[in-house]
Amino acid sequence: MSTVFLALQTNEETRPIIEAILQDNPSAVVDEQPAMVKINADGRLVVRRQTIEEITGRDYDLQELQVNMITMSGNLDQTDDEITLFWKA
Amino acid sequence: MDMTVAKKKLGLKERYAVMTRGLDWTPSYQKMEDIYPYIAYEGIKIHDWDKWEDPFRLTMDAYWKYQAEKERKLYSVLDAYTQNNGHLNVTDARYLNTVKLFLSGISPLEYVAHRGFAHAGRQFPGPGPRVACLMQSLDEIRHAQTQVHAVSNYNKYYNGMHDFHHAHDRVWFLSVPKSFFDDAITAGPFEFMVSIGFSFEYVLTNLLFVPFVSGAAYNGDMAAMTFGFSAQSDEARHMTLGLEVIKFILEQDPDNVPIVQRWIDKWTWRGYRVLTLVAMMMDYMLPKRTMSWKESWEIYFEENGGALFKDLARYGIKMPKCAEQIALEKDHLSHQAWSTFYNYAAAANFHTWMPDEDEMEWLSSKYPNSFDKHYRPRYEFWREQAAKGNRFYNKTLPMLCQTCQIPMIFTEPGDATKTCYREVDYKNEKYHFCSDYCKEIFEHEPEKYVQAWLPVHQIYQGNCFPEGTDPTVEGFDPLAKVLEYYHLEHGRDNLDFDISEDKKNFAEWRGQATKNV
Ligand SMILES: [Fe+2]
Ligand SMILES: [Fe+2]
Repeated sequence: MSTVFLALQTNEETRPIIEAILQDNPSAVVDEQPAMVKINADGRLVVRRQTIEEITGRDYDLQELQVNMITMSGNLDQTDDEITLFWKA
Repeated sequence: MDMTVAKKKLGLKERYAVMTRGLDWTPSYQKMEDIYPYIAYEGIKIHDWDKWEDPFRLTMDAYWKYQAEKERKLYSVLDAYTQNNGHLNVTDARYLNTVKLFLSGISPLEYVAHRGFAHAGRQFPGPGPRVACLMQSLDEIRHAQTQVHAVSNYNKYYNGMHDFHHAHDRVWFLSVPKSFFDDAITAGPFEFMVSIGFSFEYVLTNLLFVPFVSGAAYNGDMAAMTFGFSAQSDEARHMTLGLEVIKFILEQDPDNVPIVQRWIDKWTWRGYRVLTLVAMMMDYMLPKRTMSWKESWEIYFEENGGALFKDLARYGIKMPKCAEQIALEKDHLSHQAWSTFYNYAAAANFHTWMPDEDEMEWLSSKYPNSFDKHYRPRYEFWREQAAKGNRFYNKTLPMLCQTCQIPMIFTEPGDATKTCYREVDYKNEKYHFCSDYCKEIFEHEPEKYVQAWLPVHQIYQGNCFPEGTDPTVEGFDPLAKVLEYYHLEHGRDNLDFDISEDKKNFAEWRGQATKNV
């Protein structure tokens, strides 16, 4: 399966999000670059609202991620509860 | 008594449907082909525009909210940076030439992208892509503005940036990025989406912005890093738009597949040729390197683009053939480009220099198959000559490729000792090309590319001198007049970094910042 990735700015807002992603995606690997965190995963990567809310203890709207995203790879699908990145082949 | 009924908030999917398709209507007294005149001539067949959906499902109200937040963040960082004389924290003054290259080469393209997406959005009958194009059009004008604002602080202290937009429309090498985007916005709306939305934003953007932004971060340039990240935060959406548009077109009709394949082939090559400037920036212009051009090509194109084209194979789309040639060029591209700019330092709006010994070592280690054999000896010779007071400035204008407008500096794929040269006769004129791919692009649309405004031809035709210049007077110096036309000052904005005002001023100011005077 090809790698999908999501790159986020390194800051206080993204710290719990990265933690949530690592918790929800066993194949996710963190690659720290200057001022940027790139998370690679095998074929599929999910960002779950509920996990982020559990970690931060506040309501979270997944659209807030718009502010801190740098780049990504893969097909995307976003709902109220999840952002999914995936390859079909 | 009024009863307040607690209304259930709409979910993301419903909100998206209401705020995009829900706002559209079917015209009753105007014909569709009159409202959308450009939609048919490219041969793309669309049967159901409603099949297109933005996977982020972003609506305009949410868009404004998040964009405003991005702007607030960006400008507070820029203020802090300026207030603290942040420009003195960059690694060394050579770094500033990256900023000059970016401002004159890339920022004006952001503005053209803004116009391009406004135009494409207007032409699409489907509300989904129309709203997404509107957002991207607004993003792009924001990028142009924030970049100009961020760099304006550098312009107070350093040379070569004072009239970047004037330069963009005139300076010889800037015709490379300029003509690339002009080519895209003069295509039809579908080709524009494939060229910029897909090929540039999805396939190549990581090679452009990630190196610039992480290069800025590595070299202490917080201003560029911040505008870079702010622009990048829109990029995930742009990439998604590019990919969705392609999938949508391909799913609509099998007849669309060969048309789209041809566009992908063309625009991957066109975009790659523009990235020549980025390749040399990464390998030569950043005092502190992030990764080599070759490494970044391998990660972001070969690995990542490989995954993408594997995914698109189900539509019958293949990896562009030019990828094979690009792989052969990756050991040479940045070195051939930097050699050219070293040569033409008298005619550019930034400074060039020879790499020092440590940098030569880095280049050898990153390019074991090519650097010591082909490029180190050349540099050592130039360095020796410069030490003897013979710093070489080439004053003979080079022949340009009719398609990409880059001088004919590239070597044959697989033979770094032979210049690659192609030509075509068309309507009794001869046209020259840097490669088989640029030649093929011309042959498919000759009537478009014969119109290219080639800076070298224009100089020789006398079109690049200030008004009223008389080139027949005794002792006429064409270069001096061309620089005047570019609004560049000889001896200040151009020539070698070693003798530049930038170098001298930076050392003096940094000294003042760290010592009591
Ligand atoms: Fe942009
Ligand atoms: Fe070319």
